[in-house]
Amino acid sequence: MEVGEVYSSRQLDKDEGKQINELIARSQKPIPDPDEWLDEEIKRNILLTTVDAILDWGRRASLWPAVAFPACCAFEFIATEASRFDLSRFGMEFIRASPRQADLMITAGTLTWKMAPQIKRIYDQMAEPKWVIAMGACAISGGIFRSSYSVVPGYNRIIPVDVYVPGCPPRPEALIYGIRMLYQKIDKTSLFGEDK
Amino acid sequence: MTLALSGKEIAKQIEKKFPGSVAESTADSLLVKAESLLEIAGYLKETPGLDFDYLTAITAVDYIDCFEVVYQLTSLEHNHSLVLKSRCYNRDNPTLPSVVSLWRGADFQEREIYDLFGISFEGHPNLKRIVLWDGFQGHPLRKDFL
Repeated sequence: MEVGEVYSSRQLDKDEGKQINELIARSQKPIPDPDEWLDEEIKRNILLTTVDAILDWGRRASLWPAVAFPACCAFEFIATEASRFDLSRFGMEFIRASPRQADLMITAGTLTWKMAPQIKRIYDQMAEPKWVIAMGACAISGGIFRSSYSVVPGYNRIIPVDVYVPGCPPRPEALIYGIRMLYQKIDKTSLFGEDK
Repeated sequence: MTLALSGKEIAKQIEKKFPGSVAESTADSLLVKAESLLEIAGYLKETPGLDFDYLTAITAVDYIDCFEVVYQLTSLEHNHSLVLKSRCYNRDNPTLPSVVSLWRGADFQEREIYDLFGISFEGHPNLKRIVLWDGFQGHPLRKDFL
């Protein structure tokens, strides 16, 4: 047999058609759901909880940060996000480019007065409920640049801050600890206005 | 490696062409008078053999009795460089001619110097603050700021 015959485009088409026809013949019935028995089990059970508990759980278990990282703390945040520290363990793998899809602002870096209106704008665009973690010395107080003419001495001059994570920069463990602190805070909020 | 030309050698050439325009020359730099800065800069850019076609950087220094603006020039063709300086002694309204017409790269850097030192560049197409916001009081890199 000549090589040209085996690898001719006509032969390839024939092989492909044969494979597809076989697949169609094999696939005449849907594959049964391996978890079908679950339905029956759940029907026989009732789960009781409070609205607050399920709402707070839903809110804290998938916080989505907005993109607002003006300076070097951002690199520690990137390390936190990357595979070694793996922030997606906490349902936080998404960093939303649009603040309208985010509910957490991690303020990683020095803020200048010229940048401040933009940060305020990003915060205002985020949908309620929303939280802010001040990450690093600059975010907390302006850090070593505090006395500068152009630096905002702490994000809390611009937006309300929920959790302060000290460090210059904080290590990823510290940031994760701060996020865990925020979880506790969210868990204590109530739908009816008063904290539990 | 880029060859740094001696300011003294260049000063001799420039004194021939523009008498009385050089204020001081050392092995490292060439200090020219503000009123002849633009024509000397043009001469350095256009003269064959010098051909300073690339402006590496502009910066400024506050010596309290005067402001010194430093132009670091390079010739890509001959791979040599020169440090050109000029001074303005008027602290209330320091002014120098703009070199944007010669090197477009001077645009943002002159705006930065205007912003942080308050030195006006005459002939600049768009002289306004670049780093700080409009309405900021003072010029932060001046020694008497604060």
